[in-house]
Amino acid sequence: MADVDITSQTMDGMGPHGTKVGLLRVLGPAHVWALGVGIVLVGEYMGWNFAVGKGGAYAALIACWFAGILYSCVAMIDSEVTSTVASAGGQYTQAKHIIGPLMAFNVGLYLVFAYTMLEAANAITAGYLFSVVAQMTGHAGELDQRPFIILVIMFLAWLNYRGVLATLTFNLVITAVAFLAIIVLFLSTSGILGGGIMDHAALFEGHELPYGWIGVLAAMHFGLWYYLGIEGTTQAAEEVRSPARALPFGTLAGIMTLLIAATLTWYVCSGVLPWEFLGDGVNGSVAPLFDTARLSGSNALVWLLGFGTLFATLASANGCINDASRAWFAMGRDKYLPGWFGAVHPRYRTPYRAIVFLVPIALIFALGAPLDQVITFSILSGLLGYTFMPLNIILFRRKWPLETIKRGYEHPFHPIPAITLLTLCGVTFFAVFLGYGTQLVAMIGFYIVVSLWFHFWRYRFVNRGAQFTMPWPKPRGY
Amino acid sequence: MDLWNWLEYGAWGLSALLGLHMLVDWLRTDSTYSEDVLTSSREGEIEALAEQHKAKEAQHG
Repeated sequence: MADVDITSQTMDGMGPHGTKVGLLRVLGPAHVWALGVGIVLVGEYMGWNFAVGKGGAYAALIACWFAGILYSCVAMIDSEVTSTVASAGGQYTQAKHIIGPLMAFNVGLYLVFAYTMLEAANAITAGYLFSVVAQMTGHAGELDQRPFIILVIMFLAWLNYRGVLATLTFNLVITAVAFLAIIVLFLSTSGILGGGIMDHAALFEGHELPYGWIGVLAAMHFGLWYYLGIEGTTQAAEEVRSPARALPFGTLAGIMTLLIAATLTWYVCSGVLPWEFLGDGVNGSVAPLFDTARLSGSNALVWLLGFGTLFATLASANGCINDASRAWFAMGRDKYLPGWFGAVHPRYRTPYRAIVFLVPIALIFALGAPLDQVITFSILSGLLGYTFMPLNIILFRRKWPLETIKRGYEHPFHPIPAITLLTLCGVTFFAVFLGYGTQLVAMIGFYIVVSLWFHFWRYRFVNRGAQFTMPWPKPRGY
Repeated sequence: MDLWNWLEYGAWGLSALLGLHMLVDWLRTDSTYSEDVLTSSREGEIEALAEQHKAKEAQHG
C-alpha cells in the first residue's frame, strides 16, 4: 500500500502546492446532508407526480423505488470515490483523475448545466408560489412574477458569494423544516395523530395500472425527480473539514432521508388525491403535498406545507448555485475553461467569479425558457452524469484496487451497484426517449459539438501537469 | 396599489442592491489583489493553508 492515508486527521488527501488564497474548509457532515437533500427535496413537493400521470399511482411507487435503487448506487459509488478525490468539482475531478480530460470536460458541463437549469426551474417555481400566495391573500389582478424570480436568484447568489458556511447553514435550517413538514403531514393525515383522511383502496380501485406496464416504464422518467441532485454532495469536498468522513456520512444519510421522504410523500398524496388530479402537474395538482394539506382542513398544516414548499424550492436553488459554481471554478482552475474563473475571493474564500458569471445565465433561462424544457435539460444532463459513474467506479477499482489507496468508505458488493446503475440508466434513457426524444437527440448533439471544440482547440490550454495533485500511487498497469 | 404592488417594487429594488453589492465588491477585490494571488488556488491545497493559519495564530497568541 502507498504511504498515504487520506483518512488520517492530517492528510485527508491533501498536500501543499503553494496556494495563497484557497477555499475554506469549514463544513461538517450536516452541511453535506443539507446540500444533497436541500437540492432534491423540492422534487417531493412538486414534479414527482407527473409519474402518476404517466402510469397511475402504483407506477409512481414502482418508479420511486427503482429510482431509489438507482440513486442508492449513485450515493454509494460517489461516497467511495469522492472520499479519495476530495476536491472541488466533484464528478468532474473524479473523471479527470480516473478516466481522462475529454470525459472530465463533458462531466463538468453536465454538472454546470444540470444545476444551473435546476436553479432556473426553482426560481420559476418560487415566482409561481409568490403569485399563489398573492391570490390567496386577495391581490387583485395578476402578480408580476419576474421581480420575485430575480430576487430569489440574486439573494441566493449573494449569500453564496459571501461565504459557504452561512450558505449551507441556511440550507440546513430550511431543508430540515421542509423535511419535518412532510413527517408532520404524514402523522396528521394517516390517523396516527388525530383522525386519518386517507382512502387508498377506494382511490385505487379500477385504476391500479391504467396504462399497463409501459406506463410504469414511462413513469421512470419522473421517478428520478424524487432524488435528482443527491450526487451534488461531492461538490463540497474541498470545503469540508474531514472529506474522508463527512462526505460518505452526509451523502448516505442524505439518500436514506430521501428514500423515507419519497415513500411518505407518495403514500400521503396518493391516499388523499385522485390519481387523475394528482398526475396532472400543470392543470391539476402543481404542489401535491400542499394540496393534501389543504384537503386536511387544518390551517396549521396549510401554512406549514406552504412554507415547506417555499423552503424546499429555495434550498434547491441555493444548493444548485453552490454546486454549479464549484464545478465551473474547478474547470477554470485546471484551464479547461479560462483560468480567470479559477479565482477565490480573498476575504469570503468563495469562487466569486464563477458565482457571479452564472447569475445572468440562470436569469436568462428563468425568465426566457418554458419550465418543462428547463427541467428536461436538467434531467438529461444529470442522467448523462449518472451513466458516467459506473464506468468511473469500475475503472477506479481496476486502476487503484482497495489495497493501493485507503478509502474513507468502501461500497459493498462491487460491481453489482455499478451494473445495476448502468442498467437502470439504460431503462431511464429509453423512458426519456419515449417522451422527449427530440430533446435527448439535440442534447447529445450539443455535447458532441462541444467535445470536438475541446479536443481540437481548448485542450492545448489545459494545465496538463498541474491538474493531477492527489497523492496517489501510479495506476495499476501504467 | 395594494401590498403586493409594493412588494413587487421592493423585490426589484432589493435585487438591484444585491447585484450592485456583488459587482462593486468584485471590482474592488480585482483591483486590490493581484491575479496571481486570486488564482493561486490549487487542488489539494487546503490542508496546508489551514495549517499555515494555525501556525500564524499560534505565533500571534
